[in-house]
Amino acid sequence: MKGGAIMSTRFSFARFLAVLVKEFIQMRRDRLTFAMMVGIPIMQLVLFGYAINSDPKRLPTAVLSADGGSPFARSLVAAMVNSGYFDVRAEVRDSHHLDEMLAEGEVQFAVTIPAGFARALQRGERPVLLVEADATDPAATSNALSAMTVLARQALNPDLTGPLAPLRAGPDPVDLRLQRRYNPEGLTQYNVVPGLMGTILTMTMVMMTALAVTRERERGTMENLLSMPVRPFEVMLGKIVPFILVGYVQVVIIVLAARFLFGVPIVGSLALLSVVMVLFIAANLAVGFTFSTVAKNQLQALQMSFFFFLPSMLLSGFMFPFRGMPGWAQTLGEVLPLTHFLRIVRGILLKGSGPVEIVGEVVALLLFLSVVTVIALKRYRQTLD
Amino acid sequence: MTHQDPDGGGDAPFAIDVSGLVKRFNGRTVVDGFSIRVKRGEIYGFLGPNGSGKTTTIRMLCGLLTPDAGEGTCLGLDIRRDSAAIKRQVGYMTQKFSFWEDLSIAENLDFVARVYGLSDRRRRVEEALERLGLANRRRQLAGELSGGWKQRLALAACILHDPKLLLLDEPTAGVDPKARREFWTEIHALAAAGLTVLVSTHYMDEAERCHQIAYLAYGRRMAQGSVDEVIAGSGLVTYALSGPGVEGAAAALAGRPGVEMVTPFGARLHVSGTDPAAVKAAVDGLDLPGLRVAAVEPTLEDVFIHLMRSATDNFAAS
Repeated sequence: MKGGAIMSTRFSFARFLAVLVKEFIQMRRDRLTFAMMVGIPIMQLVLFGYAINSDPKRLPTAVLSADGGSPFARSLVAAMVNSGYFDVRAEVRDSHHLDEMLAEGEVQFAVTIPAGFARALQRGERPVLLVEADATDPAATSNALSAMTVLARQALNPDLTGPLAPLRAGPDPVDLRLQRRYNPEGLTQYNVVPGLMGTILTMTMVMMTALAVTRERERGTMENLLSMPVRPFEVMLGKIVPFILVGYVQVVIIVLAARFLFGVPIVGSLALLSVVMVLFIAANLAVGFTFSTVAKNQLQALQMSFFFFLPSMLLSGFMFPFRGMPGWAQTLGEVLPLTHFLRIVRGILLKGSGPVEIVGEVVALLLFLSVVTVIALKRYRQTLD
Repeated sequence: MTHQDPDGGGDAPFAIDVSGLVKRFNGRTVVDGFSIRVKRGEIYGFLGPNGSGKTTTIRMLCGLLTPDAGEGTCLGLDIRRDSAAIKRQVGYMTQKFSFWEDLSIAENLDFVARVYGLSDRRRRVEEALERLGLANRRRQLAGELSGGWKQRLALAACILHDPKLLLLDEPTAGVDPKARREFWTEIHALAAAGLTVLVSTHYMDEAERCHQIAYLAYGRRMAQGSVDEVIAGSGLVTYALSGPGVEGAAAALAGRPGVEMVTPFGARLHVSGTDPAAVKAAVDGLDLPGLRVAAVEPTLEDVFIHLMRSATDNFAAS
């Protein structure tokens, strides 16, 4: 038996230490990876710990009271606000306006108190109280709606005194009608499947472009490309267009699956959706292109894509109700293109929104796209020299 | 192709005529006041140790980098203003293989032909394939090729658009001797047809195949001329020592005054220095029976190592 043979087969602490030290040195050199390793857990902690709330409160509500200032109507509205679920943002005069607010996503709930509500109540006629919810995201509305059922009775009981006292014992003094608009059965697929369109596009588009350009640099082919008479814009456009096509293929698959596998209704115009889609895809590609001008290798490009993807998933309203988040998280969410695209795609598919209803979101996407494109082109020029 | 085309600078006597080129990266002067003139149809060798600024100089010549100072023309076109026009008439072969490994040979060439907007694309690609013996490998992916074939592909791509100037950055690194010889035969054929070639290399035999050479160290030009001129200009004298026990004499000679280099070549020892009398004295001082001493012409390598030593390292941290 030779000493050397034993040495090489047994675990050697010294050799293990050699590898360990080398790994630590390399880890320290790759600053971006190091920052990601620290940054991603912190980001997840903050987002899951503070931003996400699956029981959203203070949801924007509009009230149409055709019964003037009757005390019963006032008590009802006050009780809704007190429950914490409803935040009455507007009192409107006609039902058309109320409908519009719901369609544009300006409010989550629309409450209609009919004319003669107080009189009908006093006579024990059980007047109708209509509460319509924008149920495209059932998670956002379900708790508020269940709270509403007990709320009506509790709110009115204190007012049912004297001759009205017998009403307290019988069935509900009002006929509460809850309408889940756009998604009457409250199916989560209706919300998730169209949303997936945006999430899948975000993930693949950002990652693909970030990798495609970084790969050229990593393999040394970028230098060759730059020595040929091809202009930066031609390179950028040539690299981006194939992915736009890939994006459309993905969309077609998701739309077909939404319609035929999950039975999601397609109320609005698919033509309008495909036009707006170009903007959204381009915005994501520009983000990916910007990442590629910063990343030194493909691993870094992948990490940066993930760093963008994580808040997009969590803060856009895809996984958790947007309105459940605190103000700062909503502000952050408003910056992300996915947030606006989700509103557009849910609007078009489920609510049948037309160009007028989505114009605000389109403008937001355009703004994002132009800012990021400027950054991308500026950074790309710097790397020439 | 006529010699009178307006943007080609067809009448300029020099294919490259630059002076005082300076390039700095993060405060380091990588190229420091570099000037050369390269005649049309000449093969010009670029020599120098790693990091001497060869690649940076080549990149400035083809417009990939903007010089911090200096000026000049490439094919009669201003290297600062006309880099787009220069790119169209220059073939640049990068040090590292830089074609697309996931494209086939033919697809790579086709891409290059499209980027340069060549009119009769298919015919040009076909000709290039034939010329460099790539025709029966056309469908092979570039990534699967060996070093020698990759280099052929790169050369084929560089000359596809009929450039007037070829810039080759260490084109034969890691290529076997046969492929190297074939490569140089092709380069000479191209030069004979009127193409100007600027080539950087570490190989002395390749340097000797150039019409003119320049030696760079630490971003400065240390010598220039034909191979004979550079050797003569170094003022170096070399003695070849042979005989029993000569290997042992190396250590004894190394420290002697006037001895700059002691290099073993098999059973011989080359002793060089710039002061003939001092070198002779050092050699004569050896007490070795049967020692044979002969004055020989210094090799290019001797000259380069001499030049490299006399250059000051302005990159090293002080």
